[in-house]
Amino acid sequence: MSKKNSGGFQLGTIAALAIMCVFLAIANHNFYSVSNLMGILKQTAFNAFLATGMLMCLLTAGIDLSVGANAVFCACLMGCLKEAGVTSGLVLMIIGILAGACVGFVNGTLLTRLHLPHPFVSTLGMKNVLWGLALVVTNSKMINNFPSSVEFLGKATIFKGFGGGFPVSFIVVLVLYVCMGVFLSRTALGRSIYCAGGNIEATRLSGINTANVLTFCYTLSGVMAALGGIVSVGRSGICNGANAMQPYDTDAIAACIIGGASFNGGKGTMFGTMLGCLIIAVLRNGFTLLSISGAVQNMVLGLVIILAVLMDVLREQMEAKRRRLAAAK
Amino acid sequence: MSEFVVELKNCTKRFPGVVALNHMQLAVKPGEILGLIGENGAGKSTLIKVLTGVHMADEGEIYVEGEKKTFHNPNESAAAGIACVYQELNIEKLLSVTDNIFINKWLKKGFLLDYDTMHQKAKEVMASLGQDIDPRKAAGTFGMGVQQMIEIATAVLIDAKMIIMDEPTSSLGEKEVEQLMKTCRDLKARGIGIVFVSHKLEELFELCDRVTVIRDGEYIDTKPIGEWTNDSLITAMVGRSVTNQFPKEFGKRGECFLKAEDLCIGGVLDHVSFEAYGGEILGFSGLVGAGRTETVRAIFGADPLDSGKIYIKGQERTIKSPKAAVQAGIALLTEDRKGQGLVLAQSIRTNLIMSSFAFHSNGAFLDEKKIEETGQGHIEALRIKTPSIDEIVGQLSGGNQQKVVIGKWINSDADIYIFDEPTRGIDVGAKVEVYNVMNDLVKKGKCVIMISSEMPEILGMSDRVVVMRGGRVMATVDRNSSHFNQEDIMKAAWGGSLDE
Repeated sequence: MSKKNSGGFQLGTIAALAIMCVFLAIANHNFYSVSNLMGILKQTAFNAFLATGMLMCLLTAGIDLSVGANAVFCACLMGCLKEAGVTSGLVLMIIGILAGACVGFVNGTLLTRLHLPHPFVSTLGMKNVLWGLALVVTNSKMINNFPSSVEFLGKATIFKGFGGGFPVSFIVVLVLYVCMGVFLSRTALGRSIYCAGGNIEATRLSGINTANVLTFCYTLSGVMAALGGIVSVGRSGICNGANAMQPYDTDAIAACIIGGASFNGGKGTMFGTMLGCLIIAVLRNGFTLLSISGAVQNMVLGLVIILAVLMDVLREQMEAKRRRLAAAK
Repeated sequence: MSEFVVELKNCTKRFPGVVALNHMQLAVKPGEILGLIGENGAGKSTLIKVLTGVHMADEGEIYVEGEKKTFHNPNESAAAGIACVYQELNIEKLLSVTDNIFINKWLKKGFLLDYDTMHQKAKEVMASLGQDIDPRKAAGTFGMGVQQMIEIATAVLIDAKMIIMDEPTSSLGEKEVEQLMKTCRDLKARGIGIVFVSHKLEELFELCDRVTVIRDGEYIDTKPIGEWTNDSLITAMVGRSVTNQFPKEFGKRGECFLKAEDLCIGGVLDHVSFEAYGGEILGFSGLVGAGRTETVRAIFGADPLDSGKIYIKGQERTIKSPKAAVQAGIALLTEDRKGQGLVLAQSIRTNLIMSSFAFHSNGAFLDEKKIEETGQGHIEALRIKTPSIDEIVGQLSGGNQQKVVIGKWINSDADIYIFDEPTRGIDVGAKVEVYNVMNDLVKKGKCVIMISSEMPEILGMSDRVVVMRGGRVMATVDRNSSHFNQEDIMKAAWGGSLDE
C-alpha cells in the first residue's frame, strides 16, 4: 500500500463527512443534539460489523452479498431457539455466531473448493436461501423478549447522563476496527489477503494457500454478520425474517467503496471503511431529519455507490496518466 | 504479371528496443506450398502479422499479384486475398458451423439473414474440404481438425489467393494431420498459394515445394525442398556465431537435489525423467510447447501430475501444492512475471516477503524492521532501481520487476531455484545481473534449473542441458560432451536423435 496515496484520498473522505455534518447542522438544529449524534453512532455499529466482513471479501477481489440476510438469519435462529426454550443468552449468542460462521464457510468453500466462477453467484444464491430460512425458523413471525444478555450489545450505553448515553456497540466496533487494522497491516495472513486480491495466481505460486485465505475471509464475514445480527436484536428488541431482503448489503458495500476499497481487490483499509460507515449513517440520519422518504433514500444511496466507484475509476485513470507522463520524462 | 501471388520485399519492423524484422522477404507462387521455419523468436509471428495487416511494417512493400498494396488493418489484407489460420483458432464454439464461416459476411434476404442459402453454401464448401458434416451443428461439437477446416473454409469463401497456416498440425491427431495435408494439396491444385509454418521437419519434407528459413528477424534462404536436408535446415536456422556475453562461473557439483522419475500428465508430459545437482545449472532447451514449463509447474505443485515420482535430496516427496514445494525448498520464478510472479499493485516491501512470511515474522506480527533490512539488502545487492522500498512494483521496469521476483525467492532460502525464461523481455545489462545471481547461487552449492528458448543462453550458462520435445526428454547433454553445440541441441529439439 502506498501510504501517501490512500492518506490523500481519505482526507477527501473526511472533508466530505465534515461538509455533510455542517450542512445538516445548518439545515436542521436537531442534528447536533447529543442524543441524535449518539443515535447515529448506534446506527453505525450494525453497518460497521457487516462492512468489516464485506471489506475482507472486497480485498480478495470478491464480494459477499449475503451479509445482510446472514445477520437477519442469525438473529431469527436465536429467536427460534429462545422460543424453543433456550434461556441462556450466552448459548444463544454462541449458536448465532457459529451459524454465521458456517454460512460464511460454505460461501468460501463454494468459491475455492467447488470453483464457482465468482462469489457474486454463490453469495447471491445464499442470500435467498437465508431469507427463506429466516422466515422458516420464525414461522414468518416477529419474535421479541430476548434475554437481556443478548440485547446488551445493541442496547446498552455508558455515561448515561450524556444524551441518553454512549452506545456500547460503537465502543466494541472501535476496538474491533483497531484490532482488524493491526491484523490486516501487521500479520502475515492480513498481508496475504491483500496479495491474494492483487494477484491470486502469483500469491498461490509464492507458496501461500490462497484457497484457505479466501475461505477464512468469507468465514470471518459470516461471523461479522452474526455479530451484526446480535446488535440488531439489541437495538430493535425483535428479530424479523422479512428484513433479510433489506438492502443491508448495499450499505456495507457503499461504506467500503466510499472508504477507498475497490471491486478489483487489494485496496481498502479499516480506517477508510469506518469513515464510509459514518458517512452512510449521517446520510441516512440526515434524510430522516429532513423528512425525506425511504424511497428517495434508496435512490440517493444507490447513486452514492455509483459515484464512489466512478471516482475510484477516474482516480486510477489519472494516476495511470501521471505515471505515463513521469515515465516519459 | 509477377510470377508470385504474394511478395513481401525488404520489410523492416521495429518494436521499442528490438528490430523484429530486418529487410525480410517472402515470395509465394500460386499453387505452391511454401514452408516457413525458424527458431523461437526468429520473427515468424511478426512476419505473419505484417502480411495479415495486424502490424504495419516500418519499411518495405507488399505486392499481391504484382500490385503494390498497403494494409492498415486485417480487413484490407483479407480483401486483397490473404487469409490466415492461426494456431489459436478463432472459433465461436457455441455458434453453428455456418455462423462461424459467415461471421461478418452474412448473406441476407432483405433485412433478414438467409440461412437456407448459407447452410447450403457452408455444407458445399466443407464437403469440398473433405468434411461431410451438418453445418447447423455447433462448431464446438466437432474436433480440432474440423474446427480448423471451418477456418480454412472461411478463407476459401473469400476467394483467398494465399492462405497462411501457423503451425496447423500442432494440435491435431495423426489422422487429422493426414486430412489437412490432403486439403492443402487440393487447395494447391486450385491455384492457391500456401504458407505452411511448422516445427516438424518431416511435415515440411512431405508437403512443401520450397522452404524459406528465417533467423533473428532476417531472411536466410529459400530453396526447393529437394535441395534441403535435415542438417542443412537446422544449420541455416541456428547459424549464428555464439559470442561470449555470458559470465559463466562454475560451482562444485554436489549431491542430487532433485530427481524426477517418469513424470506423466496425459497429453502433456510423457515419462519425463532427469536429475539436477547442487552447484550446477541445468538448462532446459526445446521449442515453445515442448513441455518444459509444464514439467517445472508440475514439480512445483502448481499443476497436478498423473503419475511419476519426485525425489528431493534422495527422499521421495509428494508435492501437491506450491506451498508444499516451498516447504520442500523449491523456488519457481515463472516465465510470466506480471501474471504469476508479482502483485503489481503492491509495494516492493510486500512482494519481497510473499514466500517468506514466517522468516519475517516476530511471533504473530510481521517484523517491519527485519523486512526493511532484508529488503534494502536486496535493493542494493540486486541493484533494483527504485526511489524506495514502498514503491509500487507495477511502476518498475521489466528488469527491475524480475529482480524483485528474484529477491522474493532468495528470501525463501530455497535449495532448488527454477528460472523459467529468466531474461525474456529485459535489457542486456539486467540480463547479466540475472546471470550473476545464478552464478552466486551455484557457488553457494544451490541447484539451479533454467528454462530458456534462447540457444546462446542455454549454451552460455548451463552445466548440463535437458532437451525436450512434445512432452518427452529427447536428450541430456553434458557441457563436456561433443554434442554440446547448437546444431546438435537444435537437432534433438526438432526430433532428431543424438548418437552417444
